[in-house]
Amino acid sequence: MRQVLGTTMVLALVVASAVWLPAVRDARAGDSAPAADLARGEEVYARCAACHSLTENRTGPRHCGLFGRAAASQPGFQYSKAMQRSGLVWDAATLDRFLRAPLDVVPGTKMTYAGISDPSDRAALVAYLEVASRSEACTAAAQESP
Amino acid sequence: MTDSQRDPALTAPSRRSFLVGSQLLLSGAAVALMSGVPTRAFAGTRGARAQDITILNTAIGAEHEAVAAYQLGAESGLLSSAVLSVAVTFQGHHKEHVEALAKAVQQLGGSPAEPLDKYTFPVSSLTSEAAVLEFAAKLERGAVSAYAGAIPLFEDRDLSNAAASILADEAMHWAVLRSALGLDPVPGAFFS
Repeated sequence: MRQVLGTTMVLALVVASAVWLPAVRDARAGDSAPAADLARGEEVYARCAACHSLTENRTGPRHCGLFGRAAASQPGFQYSKAMQRSGLVWDAATLDRFLRAPLDVVPGTKMTYAGISDPSDRAALVAYLEVASRSEACTAAAQESP
Repeated sequence: MTDSQRDPALTAPSRRSFLVGSQLLLSGAAVALMSGVPTRAFAGTRGARAQDITILNTAIGAEHEAVAAYQLGAESGLLSSAVLSVAVTFQGHHKEHVEALAKAVQQLGGSPAEPLDKYTFPVSSLTSEAAVLEFAAKLERGAVSAYAGAIPLFEDRDLSNAAASILADEAMHWAVLRSALGLDPVPGAFFS
C-alpha cells in the first residue's frame, strides 16, 4: 500500500511538473522540427481553432502563406489599426515574440489572447505553422483564393 | 450486484441518451452565464475600457461564426434527428453568448461586432455526420482556449467571470461532441 501511494505521489509530481513548471527551452527559428514536435505543434494549434484556420479567413486571418508575410497583409481580412501599424513581418522569431504576449507586442490587436507562456509550446506551434502554412492544402487554397 | 452490472447502459451510454442528457446539463450553464453579465457601471480608465470592448468584440465575432457554423451543420442534411437537436441547442447557446456579450459592450459604451455577410467554412470536407461533428468539436475546443486566453486580460473582473461562465459552456459542448464521436469526452485534466 505504501509503495502504491509512493508511486502515485511520484507520478502526480511528474504530471504536475509537466503542467506547471515552465520549460526552459527557447524557440529556435528555422530548426527542422522533429515529427514529435510537429505533432505537439498541431495539438497546440487546436487552441487557435475558434478563430483561425490554415485555409480560410475567419475571426482571425488564415495561416497559409504566413511565413514571410507582412502583418496585416492577408487579403480579405479586416485588421486592427494597431496590427496595420505594427511593421511586423512574420517569421519564427516574430511569431514567437507575438505569441508569448500578443497585446504586449501589438497593443490594440484584435487577437485578445493572453498568450502562450510555455516556450516549448510556442516553439512547437511555430514549427508546425512553418510546415502547415506551406502545405498542399495551402497550395490548393492559394489557387482558389490567393 | 453493482448498478452497472444491472444496467449496462450506465457504463456505456448510447449516443442518443448521452446527447439528450447533456441538454439538461447545459441549461444550468445558460443560467450561470446570464448571472455573470456585469450590471454595474465599470469605472476603469478609457484605455482599459477600450481593451475590454475589443476583447468582447473579438469574442462576439467568434460567437457569430459559431452560430453560422451550426447553421451550416443543421442545414447540411447530414445530421440525425438526435444530433440535429443538440446542434440547434448549442447554436442557441452561442446566440445567447452573443446577446450577453453585446449587452456588456453596450454597457461599456461600445458598439457590438456585427456578424459578417459571409463565412467561409470547409464545406467540401463536411460530407458526413462525423465530419460535421468533428468540425464543430474543433471550433468548441478552440473556444475553450480563446476564453481561457481572454479571461486574464479583462480589466473588469465581472467580465472575466462572465467569460469563465461561457468557457464552461463551450467545454461542455466540446465534451458532448467528443462523446458523440465515440471519443473520450474529457481527454485530460488540464487545458489552456
